[in-house]
Amino acid sequence: MQTKPTKLLVHFGVPFSQFFGLILLSILLSIPYQIIAQDEESQEYDPSVVKNGENLFKGNCTVCHAINEVVIGPALKDVHERQTEEWIYAFIKNSQKVIKSGDEYAVNLYNEYNKTLMTSFDFSDEELNAILTYIKDESSREIQVVVADANQGLEGGEVSSVSSDNLYISLGLNLILLLIIIFVLFRFTNLSKKYVLLKDNQSKGKLLDEEDLEVVKSQFNIKKFIKSNKFVGITSFIFIAVFVKSCIDGLYTIGIQQNYQPTQPIAFSHKIHAGQYEIDCNYCHTGVNISKSANIPSVNICMNCHGVINTDKPEIQKILTAYEENRPIEWVRVHNLPDLAYFNHKQHVAVGGIECATCHGPIEEMDVVYQYSELTMGWCINCHRETEVNAKGNDYYKKLVELHNSSSKKPMKVEDIGGLECSKCHY
Amino acid sequence: MSKGNKTYWKGIEQLKNDPSFVKNAQNEFPEFLPIKGSSNNSRRDFLKMMGFGIAAVSTVACEAPVKYAIPHVDKPVDLDPSLANYYASTYTMGSDYCSVVVKTREGRPIKIDGNKFSKVSVGCTSSQVESSVLSLYDKQRLVSPMLDNKETTWSELDKYVKRKLSSETSRKKYIVSHSINSPSTHDVIKLFCEKHNAVHIQYDNISYNGMLDANFEHYGKRKLPSYDFSKADVVVSFGYDFLGGSFNHNLFNKQFTERRVVHRDNREMSRLYTFEPNLSLTGANSDNRIPTKSSLYPIYLSELWNILSSKIGKNVFAKYKPPIIKYDSSKKSLINLDILEKVADDLVENIGRSLIVSDSNNKSVQLLVNLINEQLGNYGKTINVNNSYNIRNGDDKIFNQFESDILQGDISTLIFLNCNPVYDNFKISKLKDQLDSVSLKISTSDRIDETSILCDVIAPDSHFLESWNDHEPVENSFSFAQPTINRIFDTRQHQDNFLIWSDQKISYFNFIKNNWRNKQKLSNSDEPFQIFWDKLLYDGVAEFIPEKNKNENPLPNPNKFLKNINTDINSLIDSIETSSNEFELNIYQNLTVSDGIQANNPWLQEMPDPISKVCWDNYISVNPKDANKLNIQTDAGTMSTNILTLTLDGSSHDIPAIIQPGQAEGTVGLALGYGRILAGPVGDNVGFDAYSLLSSKSSTQNLTISKVKLSNSGKTYRIAQTQTHETIMARESVIQETTLEEYKKNPSAGKYQFKVATSKGKKKPEEVTLWNGHEYKNHHWVMSIDLNACTGCGSCVIACQVENNIPVVGKEEVLNRREMAWLRIDRYYSSDADVDDLQGLEIAAENPEVTFQPMMCQHCNNAPCETVCPVAATTHSSEGLNQMTYNRCIGTRYCANNCPYKVRRFNWFKYHDNAQFDKNIAMNNDLGKMVLNPDVTVRSRGVMEKCSFCVQKIQEGKLLAKSEKRRLRDGDVKMACGTACSTNAITFGDVNDVNSKIRKKLQVEKIDKATLKLKEERAYAVLDEIRVSPNVWYLRKVRNKNNV
Repeated sequence: MQTKPTKLLVHFGVPFSQFFGLILLSILLSIPYQIIAQDEESQEYDPSVVKNGENLFKGNCTVCHAINEVVIGPALKDVHERQTEEWIYAFIKNSQKVIKSGDEYAVNLYNEYNKTLMTSFDFSDEELNAILTYIKDESSREIQVVVADANQGLEGGEVSSVSSDNLYISLGLNLILLLIIIFVLFRFTNLSKKYVLLKDNQSKGKLLDEEDLEVVKSQFNIKKFIKSNKFVGITSFIFIAVFVKSCIDGLYTIGIQQNYQPTQPIAFSHKIHAGQYEIDCNYCHTGVNISKSANIPSVNICMNCHGVINTDKPEIQKILTAYEENRPIEWVRVHNLPDLAYFNHKQHVAVGGIECATCHGPIEEMDVVYQYSELTMGWCINCHRETEVNAKGNDYYKKLVELHNSSSKKPMKVEDIGGLECSKCHY
Repeated sequence: MSKGNKTYWKGIEQLKNDPSFVKNAQNEFPEFLPIKGSSNNSRRDFLKMMGFGIAAVSTVACEAPVKYAIPHVDKPVDLDPSLANYYASTYTMGSDYCSVVVKTREGRPIKIDGNKFSKVSVGCTSSQVESSVLSLYDKQRLVSPMLDNKETTWSELDKYVKRKLSSETSRKKYIVSHSINSPSTHDVIKLFCEKHNAVHIQYDNISYNGMLDANFEHYGKRKLPSYDFSKADVVVSFGYDFLGGSFNHNLFNKQFTERRVVHRDNREMSRLYTFEPNLSLTGANSDNRIPTKSSLYPIYLSELWNILSSKIGKNVFAKYKPPIIKYDSSKKSLINLDILEKVADDLVENIGRSLIVSDSNNKSVQLLVNLINEQLGNYGKTINVNNSYNIRNGDDKIFNQFESDILQGDISTLIFLNCNPVYDNFKISKLKDQLDSVSLKISTSDRIDETSILCDVIAPDSHFLESWNDHEPVENSFSFAQPTINRIFDTRQHQDNFLIWSDQKISYFNFIKNNWRNKQKLSNSDEPFQIFWDKLLYDGVAEFIPEKNKNENPLPNPNKFLKNINTDINSLIDSIETSSNEFELNIYQNLTVSDGIQANNPWLQEMPDPISKVCWDNYISVNPKDANKLNIQTDAGTMSTNILTLTLDGSSHDIPAIIQPGQAEGTVGLALGYGRILAGPVGDNVGFDAYSLLSSKSSTQNLTISKVKLSNSGKTYRIAQTQTHETIMARESVIQETTLEEYKKNPSAGKYQFKVATSKGKKKPEEVTLWNGHEYKNHHWVMSIDLNACTGCGSCVIACQVENNIPVVGKEEVLNRREMAWLRIDRYYSSDADVDDLQGLEIAAENPEVTFQPMMCQHCNNAPCETVCPVAATTHSSEGLNQMTYNRCIGTRYCANNCPYKVRRFNWFKYHDNAQFDKNIAMNNDLGKMVLNPDVTVRSRGVMEKCSFCVQKIQEGKLLAKSEKRRLRDGDVKMACGTACSTNAITFGDVNDVNSKIRKKLQVEKIDKATLKLKEERAYAVLDEIRVSPNVWYLRKVRNKNNV
């Protein structure tokens, strides 16, 4: 008799899926329940103004300011409560003028922040209002952020929080359960054997004939079992199958550097820069909208801020020495495409409107950057199959969209305009 | 063997039982295909290697190699990685000039295109200009200045030179250079000459001394005039290769073909007669070509003058009757009088709309040419003496003075300014042993060459891409050079040398700026100088026409000159020897290696000569009849030929020969620029040095050498040719042509329409196709090539090579027919044989008509290559492109076998980082690799490649349009070949765009499932009968032949 491997899997599968459910339940229960309180008093601001303000703030101010942190300039949380709007506007437009006018608050501020002058910005009152509204909105938002996070946690838990750790726990539990069952069954067989023999003895051999006796007295011969054809066949088949499968899987991973996280010459943290201070990616990666490569920032970009900030820290010192010695920093490249593949950031970011995080993952949470995506051809192709072309307002695609809509009801995907063709990426 | 059984022989070899045949009889292929290293490997080795390979792969796979990303320290504002920057600059090498736009990536120049703003070089490039970017990355260049063959510093060198210069004051000092057209350089040299009492003498590799002196005598200006071939209805060239070997041939190509492109509404074109010994590019493009010895030009020209005088003399020279040139009438029979009569008739009909040119370096002959032009009223119309050229000023006569000075030991200082006269000057090359008496010899050569090795000081000049300069190629037309890369080595511009050696405390850059500060005042511009200057550099060219520019043209009494001419011409005619077994050797400059300055450039060495298709060699070209007499045995299969022994003045030289249809009987040709011994590893000992044959006894350079004896040495030699089949064998679906006469009657004349016989009668191929057709919704890329405009110059071939990282394979691999060019120019000769005479059709006519056909991947809509690829490595795109995916290709070569156009190239070897292919310098050392185009993959061994329609440029153009949120405009995408083409023969674009040039050129009526219905009658698809439906269209050639 041959046991098919599929059956084997089914046997394993049944208790596994049950346990999976149990484990899922326990994980769900283990998530600490958080009391979420909406800040009912928070003022509602016009979202379009806030959005406008956010863009202006991120484009101009984040280099020196954050809402809750002191960067180069002071933290701006509740700044409208510290000074009048007119004063703030005047200070943004020309801080030097305000300081020179002898305004006490301004002079103190100037002295407090190492006598660093704030750049003058030629904003209109409307724009200034937008920025301030954004700051007000952000100031009142603090608790909401937590709310959003918790919500996300809950949602995520249901769908995909069975991480690899949990999988191992469940497998372990399964194994223990299995052993218990085997132990119990073994004990049960022994007990029933003893019982049958006892009864037989009591009835002085009348209960069992010789054949029955043989069955009852039979010993499990492990040597014989191991040498049996069935066992040898099944075991070697499983062994070969597992070996071949792992070989194939191994071969497929050659050249894939997912989760590659090399140590960089300077312990630069995206978590601080992109996460905490929300510096726009574009500020450092200047090429992302205009060229093929996004560009690793040159040292002078670092020096824009670190000429003043944290100059005494050892990691920052490395930047300063590099700058003084005119010696470039040799960053280790994390994302490596093979030479035969052509990838253009401008096409994807500026034209396609793809977010950086789509491919690079949660950069704002990474202290040390790692390769988030597989960067395999299958991964590229898949995205081209699923992504809709960002054709809105782009005359280039106008005719194509019309042609597509006349023949199909589905939205126009990258695939539909030749996004899977070889020479789009290979030449 | 039993009786009655017939025996069949595979061939004569089997019958003879030739030992070499017996040896190879068992082999599958008669020809041994050498792939090194493959023959000795057994199956065991294979398994061993495989085992090792797997082990190695698994070891390597454990850890990926660490790559670094190294940004700038201080990034320049206008430099972004992966974005190309373009700078206007000026090409200069030898006496040549071209206004260019240099494409740089990450600060490295990688491609040179023409500057469209220039009215002199008209926005195109030649093969020389295209290739010069690789000369920048030549490892052979000196890395520092040299003093007595030791590396030194510039300050040491300056000290040495200044001391030497001031120590000797009695003997003469010479600066020798090619023609210099830079006004500021002239000023700098003048400063030096004044300070040190030196003399500056100039020469050209191909001397224009005769033409220059004739012009000086004629109208008092020792300059070459501007020709306008676009205004000439009749052009007569006596050996002057204005389309190929001439100065500024870009412009001439453009002007000439302007009058050659015909369409339904313009059925007029110019006519070109060529009288020449070697089949030149001009001859190949002429309507009537008359092979003749160049020594007969004086008779032709005198007779032409006489005929014209009798026909038109009274009208043009109203005041005086032009005299007749009298000469030995027995010599009259040597020339073809019938054709000359026809030429004269044509010229008389087109007074003021014709042009006579000649390459003779004899003053009297050129003066006669001038007079004929004047008689025909061409001055002021097709010839303009006001805007003369400055790019050929060489004066051979000064070298006579130089010669006597050096022989007397009267020279203390010699400065060789970016020139190599020991190699390429007809006087100095013979005087190299006399140079010892010169106490200070300075060369500014960028390498140790034939001249600089004799010098005690080498002050290496920077490459033109690293230098500042201004140029005045044509009077009042300026062109500027700016550095596009920091100096790679410790070199210095030669102008800075002169400034330092004449104790000027100004850099050459500031010197030029000051010059232009002064010139700005003349140009009435009141903008700030910096803006004016930036604009000059941005445009790269400028024109300042002085207000007092009188448009006067000389019309002196011809009698004044004719007396002198008469005697000179008579003595020339008398010296012609009528019957002899000796040959006349015509030395010429080809379009590939040209004058030999860039001999170490493998792109030029491997570029096939447009006519003979030979690369990596020069050769004696022999007329087929003479070849028979000399018993030259050639074999197209092995590309072998005989070596001839050329005997001249008692010394003999062994040079291989090729049989050249169209070569005038009794003449042979030989190209310059080869046989260098100190050019570098690529150019050394390639071919034979034809400069060495030039006589130093005559006072001017004479490229025609009479009394050359030839004999067959019997030795064989393999000469690499990329095309060995000479004719089209009456295959009208490949080349179609007609005559203007026919075309005027019917624009469809010469059309060949193949019809397929079906059960429902004969049908056009597209009506019986099995293919479903395509629908190209977005773009549909189509190219058209006008065979009337293509002159075959080949600048597109090099442009393609640079743009697409095409490797150089070396002579050996060309012999194995493994050249890699994506774009080749097929040259076809006509045949005299009947259409039915298949054997006869293989033999080219003695004076064949020549057709050039650029051939690249035709991007068939029904591509036969796509259907046979087992791994789908070549596929069709939704824009009509036939895509080639290298990383998918496994190298079965089925596609190449199935390609009817034979345009696919297979990488038999790894040509990069492979010491075996060290001549491929663009891929085999770190310096050379800087020229590679980063947007195009460098292919590896075992994959197929072919023309991609510059898909990287298509993608770039589309991305630009997308990011600007607009449709693609015509002209956003330009092919490398089309950009380089000076005659606009190549048109490329999107036929789905109703405003595109390509649509207008082909007059697209309707597009039905990617099948174009064209109104243009001249358009045809090559090999239409097999219905592969190519996206490249050719426009039929029309010849304006005068049937004699």
